[in-house]
Amino acid sequence: MPADSPLLSVRSLSKRFGAVVALDSIDLDVSPGSIHALMGENGAGKSTLIRCLMGAVRRDGGTVLFEGTACDPASPRHAEAAGLSTVFQEVGLIPHMSVAENITLGRESRRWGLIDRREARARARRALARLGLTIDVDQELGGCSIALQQLVAIARALDVSARLLILDEPTSSLDRRETAELFAVLRRLRDEGVGIIFVTHFLEQVYQLCDRITVLRDGAHVVTRDTRDLPRPQLIAAMLGRTPAAPGASVTSAAPADAAPLLRATGLRRRESIEHADLTIPRGAAVGLAGLLGSGRSELARMLFGIDRPQGGRIELNGETFSPRSPRDAIARGIALTPENRKSDGIVPNLSVRENIVLALQARRGVLRSLSRREQDAIADEFIARLGIKTPHREAPISTLSGGNQQKALLARWLAANPALLILDEPTRGIDIGAKQEIESLIRGLINGGAGVLFISSELSELVRACSRIVVLKDRRTIGELRAPGLSEEHILEAIAAHA
Amino acid sequence: MKRTPHARHLPLLVTASLVLLVFIAGALVYPRFASFGVVRNLMVDNAFLAVAAVGATFVILSGAIDLSIGSVMAFTSILLATLIEQHGWHPLAAIAFAVIVGGAFGLAQGLIIQAFELPAFLVTLAGMFIARGGAFLVHPQSLGIKHPFVADVLNERLSLVLPVGPHGVTIPLLVDIALLAIAAAAVVLSFTRLGRNVYAVGDHEQGAMLMGLNIRATRLSVFTISGLCSALAGVVFTLYQQSGDPAACKGLELDAIAAVVIGGTLLRGGIGSVLGSSLGVLLLGLIQTIVTFQGNLNSWWTKIVVGFLVLAFVALQRRFTR
Repeated sequence: MPADSPLLSVRSLSKRFGAVVALDSIDLDVSPGSIHALMGENGAGKSTLIRCLMGAVRRDGGTVLFEGTACDPASPRHAEAAGLSTVFQEVGLIPHMSVAENITLGRESRRWGLIDRREARARARRALARLGLTIDVDQELGGCSIALQQLVAIARALDVSARLLILDEPTSSLDRRETAELFAVLRRLRDEGVGIIFVTHFLEQVYQLCDRITVLRDGAHVVTRDTRDLPRPQLIAAMLGRTPAAPGASVTSAAPADAAPLLRATGLRRRESIEHADLTIPRGAAVGLAGLLGSGRSELARMLFGIDRPQGGRIELNGETFSPRSPRDAIARGIALTPENRKSDGIVPNLSVRENIVLALQARRGVLRSLSRREQDAIADEFIARLGIKTPHREAPISTLSGGNQQKALLARWLAANPALLILDEPTRGIDIGAKQEIESLIRGLINGGAGVLFISSELSELVRACSRIVVLKDRRTIGELRAPGLSEEHILEAIAAHA
Repeated sequence: MKRTPHARHLPLLVTASLVLLVFIAGALVYPRFASFGVVRNLMVDNAFLAVAAVGATFVILSGAIDLSIGSVMAFTSILLATLIEQHGWHPLAAIAFAVIVGGAFGLAQGLIIQAFELPAFLVTLAGMFIARGGAFLVHPQSLGIKHPFVADVLNERLSLVLPVGPHGVTIPLLVDIALLAIAAAAVVLSFTRLGRNVYAVGDHEQGAMLMGLNIRATRLSVFTISGLCSALAGVVFTLYQQSGDPAACKGLELDAIAAVVIGGTLLRGGIGSVLGSSLGVLLLGLIQTIVTFQGNLNSWWTKIVVGFLVLAFVALQRRFTR
């Protein structure tokens, strides 16, 4: 194979699901020894493209050449055998098996028909060594951090001598340090000649890591260019199909006096969750929770929403003591939460978009005062239009929507219930820029209406834009509060770094 | 670096300790309890349950359930008796045939579950009725077997004799079969791709699929193995009873499931072992033996104790496997 010929060459790849064109004549070339970013909004077709390449779904048309030969895998197993491996967004490994088994499962070395465990361990160690890792391969995978699990998944791909590695949103659950470690590994593999397709929503990571960028939009190829030739504004424009608004001026709601806050929590603690947390949420303001992964952001939200009960400290809501025993109590007092894991905790997959949207409102009204179907339809249509939820119809099952649109429907559920306090836990994770901007403008609308918002996000720029105060958590303690003006990502990072 | 025993092995350790404790307690309270005869009877009386529990372990480890075990055992038993007594088959030929039929029945259940994406609970519930009805269709009442081969099994002429001590230690054929099934299952589960796939599918099916494992083949194998084990358990039961009975083994699948759970296997799948299930069977047998020794206790007390044991183990697993 000549050195300049691509490792993977995709031409006119198409895929339809029923009447919907998911991929329309996609071209993609990936060179060996390069990291190629695949970007696009939700519904752009990135996941479908990966699934087609891996044989998880069969393409309808087009050609794929891998190392110069035609490649049409019937299943992920065949793709792996050919030299393509994918590390999926939700790590697809087996939690109660050892690291070594997870690396070799399905293709164990055998002696006399029986699995050779010693050889499995040796192979696992070799694959991990290529990533610069020396860990105990006998430990159970489920006990490892998500970051380490991801590296194990990559090691598994290397164990089949993958020449093309596809990473689908690998950094969405990693903190900065872990992301840096992952990038070091990826650069190392690139230098060994492995081709890498890197799917992500984090713009900065693309510029840190990738050599080339391909943007998809609505199932079509938009642009492919070397990273240095595609500056950020152009990339965003390509993804959105429009010129993006200038970075929004930060919200300028004057911080109201703390005399009568909406919610005040003091000295909250709970074993293995939060050591000490103080938090004040004024009326008509958005308060951000910043901190690294594992700093206790979601845990704090869970306490306020009555999922976990604090073992110490007190919460006051509207000046009265508030000790919710369940989310029901919290909802009855006008608190709403969109959970971090929308798939398992948020949506009801088989119910329609309409049913998912009216769920909370109905719950607040109780069974006796049911919403008429006309009212439900009106509410659902209003929010589908207001939030720009892309769905064929309000009666479509919510599970058929893309992640970003599911998230919007979930938001609509709580907005319809008109909460006094809305807690948003990573509402923008895994969703596209357009949807992010819409969510930010929704937050603005809510606080203008006098509600309080507690906004949890790993993207500091987002917090800075949307919030007038930011409470910083570190190692399960609140370590300080930053207030506008003078809010910036640097200030937050300084606060985290300075607090030893 | 040596791993500390993980918390999820705790149920297995607890089961093993309980088996020992109950045995020691029995030996202390009842003078004739700690005898070779009692142990021998314990093993012989529970051999068929042990074989059935082997099949149930596979199914439960894979995250599924098989409710047809008891009915397939009854079907096997009456099929054997009819073939031997009324059609003049040699018992060995009849046994081979019956085991193949059981395997085919399990495979068919697996195929239906796969093809129509139905819950195993419902398909094997249907299988339970079908096999039970089929058993009565083969022969409507119990049928004794008088073939000399079958008599030889019970009078222990056909037994493995270990060259230990002056006269050797005789292990009855039924126990041999059970031990062999347990050993084979342990090897398959720990040292073959099929076995590891069973754990993987039960632990995280989506992950197993993305890892390129053949889920379909794994699930089909699991139900086939359960069918084979049910039939083999039926064979052991028939040899033990010296007769076939279409009404036998009602609800035995639930005893098998109880033994599997008490043995530390997670009903959700992915965690457990066939060794644990065997200890579970042993524990159930020991409790039965104690109740019998006590003499003044109603035998239903066994069920009550087993019920509380299952509850305790489910709670234990909940606490230690996250």
